[in-house]
Amino acid sequence: MIKRFTVMLLLAGLGAIFAGLIQNYVPDEELNLTAAYYAAHTAKDIGAANIVTAIIVTYRGLDTLGEVTVLFLTAAIIGLVLSQGNRQQQQPQRKLPPPGELLVTGTRLLLPLILLFGAYVFTHGHLTPGGGFQGGAIIASAMLLLLLSNPLKRFSHRLITVVESASGLAFVIIGLLGMVWAGGFLDNRILSTGTFGELFSAGAIPIIYALVGLKVGAEFSSMLVSLSETEEL
Amino acid sequence: MLATIAMITGFLLILIGLYGALSNRNILRMIVAFTVANTGVNLVLVAVGYMNGRTAPILNDAIAAGEAISRIIDPVPQALVLTAIVIGVGITALMLAYTYKLYQTRGSLDIARHTELKW
Repeated sequence: MIKRFTVMLLLAGLGAIFAGLIQNYVPDEELNLTAAYYAAHTAKDIGAANIVTAIIVTYRGLDTLGEVTVLFLTAAIIGLVLSQGNRQQQQPQRKLPPPGELLVTGTRLLLPLILLFGAYVFTHGHLTPGGGFQGGAIIASAMLLLLLSNPLKRFSHRLITVVESASGLAFVIIGLLGMVWAGGFLDNRILSTGTFGELFSAGAIPIIYALVGLKVGAEFSSMLVSLSETEEL
Repeated sequence: MLATIAMITGFLLILIGLYGALSNRNILRMIVAFTVANTGVNLVLVAVGYMNGRTAPILNDAIAAGEAISRIIDPVPQALVLTAIVIGVGITALMLAYTYKLYQTRGSLDIARHTELKW
């Protein structure tokens, strides 16, 4: 009883703070200094139509590198935590019912389309809403569909690791090339910024985002595979 | 107006999530509650960047590069929220993995059965 009362008291206090925040909130009429800089300089300097992408990949590229590192650590820790113990490949105790006709055919039909859509989203990150993280998540959803249609399916951890490390390494190398050929680490102008609004424009952004997409897709897939392997059959 | 509604919804989601995390005893339910609170935080952050009568920060035929400053909303919160969502997925996956290990050691998902950290 006293526990519930404490929880309610805490939430009421937080609610009061939030109410005060909302009441005194005055929306900006103008962009603040940082945002105005990004709005004014993105098209000229970076050549990306999507300003959010320009911020993530170029202006704040180092943060993105840190972010994919955090994701890598997460995937690695999940693999470590879940791998101890029941590693032995146990045979299923009971006979699994076969997956339905609709699920199997639907998976075969949808899988290439989902992969294609994921690749589209991460290669067009500098033009449309989307990018490496979203595209990677879509690719991982294709892996999830495969696992749903066949829970016994085992993916090669080695392949996932190779894709993941190779794209991470290429990401860092492109960043370092920016220090040699352009203004600094992860500068996208090592390639020409091209025609504004074309697919091959915005310098290295499409390449970096494709690498981020592969890396994120591999990391999410590795999490899914690790979690699915704990399933007791 | 729209930003205020989004903000109120976000704050409500945070409160609902915290209530769920504090009042449930099942660890899986706590994780779900945390993701609800996480969504609330993201919604509030995006709402802060919204400005009345402006459009998404993507330049195309409708918005020329020159007039971007007066036409687009603040792109910085959107970039931050993208990061927050991705890290949120990682945190949720970690919580689920640890929950699985806890279940293996105790055979129960009730938080009251895990007394090692209790004082």
